[in-house]
Amino acid sequence: MGLKEKLHTIKENGKGKKWLPAFEAVHTFLYTPNETTHSGGHIKGADDLKRTMTMVVLALIPCLIFGMFNTGFQHFKAFGAPVEFLSMDAFWFGFLKVLPLVVVSYVVGLGIEVLFAIIKGHEVEEGYFVTGMLVPLIVPVDIPLWMLSVAVIFGVVIGKEIFGGTGMNILNPALIIRAFLFFAYPTWMTGDKVWVSGAVERANEMAAGVDVAAVSGETILGSLAQGKEFAYSVYDMFFGFIPGSVGETSTFLILLAGLFLIFTKIASWRIMVSAVIGALVMGLMFNGVVNVGWITEGSKFYSLMNTVFWHHLILGGFAFGVVFMATDPVTGSQTNKGKWIYGFFIGFISIMIRVFNPAYPEGVMLAILLMNVFAPTIDHFIVRSNVKGRLKRLKAKTA
Amino acid sequence: MSKDIHIKKGLDIKLKGEATKLTENAIASDVYTLMPEDFHSIIPKLSVKIGSQVKAGEAVLYNKTNEEMKFPSPVSGEVCDIVRGEKRKILAIKIKADSEQQFFDFGAKDLKAMNADEIKSHLLATGCWPFLKQRPYDVIANPANTPKAIFVSAYASAPLAADYDYVLAGKEKELQAAITALSKLTTGEVHVSIGKNANSPLAGLNNLNLHKVSGPHPSGNVGTQINKISPVNKGETVWTINPQDLVIIGELFLTGKFNAERIVALAGSSVEAPKYYKTKIGSSITSLVNGKLKGNNNRIISGNVLTGKAKNIKENLGYYDNMISVIPEGNDYELFGWNLPVFNKISISRALTFSWLMPNKKYDLNTNTNGEHRAFVVTGAYEEVFPLDIYPMQILKSCMYQDLDEMEQMGMYEVAPEDFALTEFVCVSKQPHQEIIRKGLDLMLKEIG
Repeated sequence: MGLKEKLHTIKENGKGKKWLPAFEAVHTFLYTPNETTHSGGHIKGADDLKRTMTMVVLALIPCLIFGMFNTGFQHFKAFGAPVEFLSMDAFWFGFLKVLPLVVVSYVVGLGIEVLFAIIKGHEVEEGYFVTGMLVPLIVPVDIPLWMLSVAVIFGVVIGKEIFGGTGMNILNPALIIRAFLFFAYPTWMTGDKVWVSGAVERANEMAAGVDVAAVSGETILGSLAQGKEFAYSVYDMFFGFIPGSVGETSTFLILLAGLFLIFTKIASWRIMVSAVIGALVMGLMFNGVVNVGWITEGSKFYSLMNTVFWHHLILGGFAFGVVFMATDPVTGSQTNKGKWIYGFFIGFISIMIRVFNPAYPEGVMLAILLMNVFAPTIDHFIVRSNVKGRLKRLKAKTA
Repeated sequence: MSKDIHIKKGLDIKLKGEATKLTENAIASDVYTLMPEDFHSIIPKLSVKIGSQVKAGEAVLYNKTNEEMKFPSPVSGEVCDIVRGEKRKILAIKIKADSEQQFFDFGAKDLKAMNADEIKSHLLATGCWPFLKQRPYDVIANPANTPKAIFVSAYASAPLAADYDYVLAGKEKELQAAITALSKLTTGEVHVSIGKNANSPLAGLNNLNLHKVSGPHPSGNVGTQINKISPVNKGETVWTINPQDLVIIGELFLTGKFNAERIVALAGSSVEAPKYYKTKIGSSITSLVNGKLKGNNNRIISGNVLTGKAKNIKENLGYYDNMISVIPEGNDYELFGWNLPVFNKISISRALTFSWLMPNKKYDLNTNTNGEHRAFVVTGAYEEVFPLDIYPMQILKSCMYQDLDEMEQMGMYEVAPEDFALTEFVCVSKQPHQEIIRKGLDLMLKEIG
């Protein structure tokens, strides 16, 4: 009896048992089920949710690997012993730092998913595939694992399961996890220490009186918010050789991933394009304000407002947020017209928050969460216009 | 005013096993079956008993709520069985056919002299009425209404569908008679759609408004054409009818006989030498497929693969169907089916699915769902294959939470389950769209009427 038949027997024996969802989660990974159509159409298209989600994870892998290299690269650079970016030293250091984040994210998150599936007696859904990969990429690399676990539990339970699971949530679960960390443990999520691995420890050592050199782990946005100079070129920023959350730094790889997701028709190009437009418009407006002299060098907003408008696209988490988080179909706008509005405001508000509130340099997270809340309203008005058209047609007929 | 219709949104599902244009006489079925479930929402009452002798066209059933509406026997013979289900619900009426067929004589009619009421009562009395369906609700037309238009789609765009130009060839006289009759029943026109490059026998007829249709499926769906020509508003009714049933109605008016003969396509990748067969409504599946199938793990469908009904070999051709599709069952596991590249299935995405590379390839699809049932997640995919001016996901959701006002506003009066066959096909979450719409329509019919 082959593996296929053995698993089939286990599944048949497990009907009605509590553990079946957990078994099926594993089983359906190996084999797509033997289920046939029973109502409506007799044939079905090739895509299922697993395939869709896998594409996003696939698009995230380059960012993950780059993040491992960058973690090591930034660490050795800050500690005064720079190594080549593409060196085994850099990779191995980063690998050991990032892998635990990935493992914790998946083990804790999927654990809760399976638990809920068993309690509710349904199959384990695929939503956490993507969330689980997003989470390690949007946190500072030195975040303590217990904090990450607590945040993942919060995000999955409060962000998703209480609404009914995958497809029912209002806010993007990965961003809820990040927002939870951001507001619950701000010292681990912001500031000039957390973005380079080891910088926090070094600061603690110094506070304890050990005689070592200080290490700065500031992001570019952080520096700008404080009006400080920074030493990164546009080239560094675009290719991602800068400090930041694990996977967000390389705009180049994110761009490739975005193109891949658009080509495979998994993510909405409308949202991505309109978000970029929104960000550029806001950036241009700020540049304009500076140009006409309303804001002068003395202002605390000067550095960020004076940032060349398109640099905003390659700074911070903007690109990552727009490509991977704003395009979440469940929490985003669901109508094609609505996607234009939704995306535009994400871009627009991201840059606005970034500039006006230096305490939140990561404007994109809050902008997406805010627009998640407004997405149903946008859709409501889009759908209303269709309804109105129908009523008008009726009126024209009866008049 | 004639109007050409070109559809951009849609999907042609190209399958193996298209019927070649060759017609054979099917083996005559011993027993013919009428299944009341074909007549959605009708409560049937019997007008015969086991052992009754009937002629072809004589009523075996009538509608409980409108006793004038009769359902005829397709053949002459003896009622040999009445199958009942729970609460004595009538499931099927079986008629053993005589070797020598006798037709009930309804008398040839002179259409010119008949008015709308006379035509209506003649159609009701002869059992031809159930061929007429109505929108809203996609049920048999209510004879108390007068429709604003009647629609006939003689362009079949569904996968492997029987080619109307071929099966209707030479039936001009009957078609004309039927269309003349129907044109008296509506305040508007009879809209007939044919393919853009079709050589249709309907093209040269009078009393109709001809439309030429092009574009991918569902361009041939009558629902698509209604939406593009004259969408149904609240309070309005349109009727629809299949072109092959026009032939039966036409023959009735010309000769006085109810002739249930029909040319049926037997198609699909599990059929050896797919072609057309001349048979009758209600004939057994065996008489059509026996000895013509490959392998024995097949699904036999009365109708096309998107909207038809699964049948076992002992059942019969559906009342409205003009094709039998047979495709392999997909009741097997597939190793890593969710992440390996896919070359042998159809997809509208490019998520390591490669059907976009081969637009003309013909596929051998089976009945596997290719994934598990999930909540709605992906957005924007349905719109690519849904040409109606309606928001597909939103209307489906309104049906699921049964908000009658919203269903009405979103356009439920315009749709039938078959309009959602393609969105169901591409659905990543494998939701049963057609069932959701059918239940929604039934709810509205019950609550609003």
